[in-house]
Amino acid sequence: MSIKERVIGIIAEQAVLDPSDVKMDSTLEDLGIDSLGLVESIFAIEEEFDISVPFNANEPEQSDFDISSVSSIVAGIEQLVKEQS
Amino acid sequence: MKRVVITGAGTINALGHTVPKTLEAMREGHCGISELEFRDVDRLAIKIGGQVKGYDPETRFNRQQLALYDRFTQFTLIAAREAIGQSGLEFSGELAACAGIILGNSGGGMTTLDDNYRTVYEDGKNRVHPFVVPKLMNNAAASHVSMEFNLKGPSFTVATACASSNHAMAQAFQMVHGGLTPVMITGGSESMLCFGGVKAWEGLRVMSKDGCRPFSANRNGMVQGEGAGVFVFEEYEHARARGAEILAEVAGYAMSSDASDIVMPSKQGAARAIRGALQDARMDPSEVGYINAHGTGTAANDKTESAAVADVFGAHADNLMISSTKSMHGHLIGGTGAVELLACIMALRDGVIAPTINYEDADPECALDVVPNEAREAKVDVALSNAFAFGGLNAVLALRRFH
Repeated sequence: MSIKERVIGIIAEQAVLDPSDVKMDSTLEDLGIDSLGLVESIFAIEEEFDISVPFNANEPEQSDFDISSVSSIVAGIEQLVKEQS
Repeated sequence: MKRVVITGAGTINALGHTVPKTLEAMREGHCGISELEFRDVDRLAIKIGGQVKGYDPETRFNRQQLALYDRFTQFTLIAAREAIGQSGLEFSGELAACAGIILGNSGGGMTTLDDNYRTVYEDGKNRVHPFVVPKLMNNAAASHVSMEFNLKGPSFTVATACASSNHAMAQAFQMVHGGLTPVMITGGSESMLCFGGVKAWEGLRVMSKDGCRPFSANRNGMVQGEGAGVFVFEEYEHARARGAEILAEVAGYAMSSDASDIVMPSKQGAARAIRGALQDARMDPSEVGYINAHGTGTAANDKTESAAVADVFGAHADNLMISSTKSMHGHLIGGTGAVELLACIMALRDGVIAPTINYEDADPECALDVVPNEAREAKVDVALSNAFAFGGLNAVLALRRFH
């Protein structure tokens, strides 16, 4: 599975949706994922890829990690996997 | 001052997953203590406990809930659903705004701590699940019950070790008694039966390897239990107006501190709490028919408690019945007073006195009627529930048969 598919799988599980219902332009809000769901997703992503995601829930906008859409999350993870592997 | 009655009761513990099952087990003198089942139990010297068995969390809660609910929170929610369901109350508007929940708990999410310490220390991982803190904090159970039932009044958790539930229920009683709110949800829970939890208790060398035998001369220590007890405390007129079934009346309480030793109990501190509860409830000592003892099965507690009872009741100490149901469900630490209150309700409402099981040899230092081994039928008008904690913090509740 590609990084994209694995990330979508994690987000879909958190949102209790089928992966096919998670679109690249969906926002977490669209998918019904709240702040606790977000930190749980990030934890699952860190576990899945054995990476560290620079995300502070106090100031999500200031983080280096862009969570504005599924595509930005996937791109961010692809970058982190490249840097940290 | 307002009269306070109990209009709902719920529990899950080693004797049963509901109040009727628990009371049935108490009537039969059933022992809920058995071999502990969890990871690394083979590394423990103490391998028995009053563990809740036959329990599948996934049949009670969904995956998202389980990510947030430690075992002690799960138990609390199960007990709260039974208690509030029985009461028939729904919380909205003004009632929701003033009704709250006060629970006793000592260890918080011990299983959550244990699992995550293992992750970072033993497995060497550097990352833990993000919900560790909201799961382990010892107010988590109170918060989740408040969310599930829309309780928006004063809500918090009381930690006084083995007396936590009695302190919590005393506080809830006081709020209804004083007219602050017509309803409070109260009780307590505990779940320390995991490797780290039992290992810590082992260190103190007060645990029995083979059974809990309160007041028996051959007793050799306490046995831990787990579970929850939750009650609906309601102002009498409020309950009467809606035709609620009343289980018993809470008539008073007292709290005291030994101010002497971090583990050894004191006869004077215990006696002051018992005497204080009688005074608060305006009861004559001769009215007391049953005492649910703290009765841990340690050498020190049982003789100190017996001496305190003899001291307060004088000649009447020989007429009253006193039993320790810990012999059946184990010591639930912060949740113990809540489960034990069920035995008081059974005595008052059903006229059945729960026994002290495993009683084998008389101890001259515990020369009271401990209702050995078999439940007894008796009409009781007044019952007390004793709790004397490590740290010397005591709380005694006084209940009356409702009529």
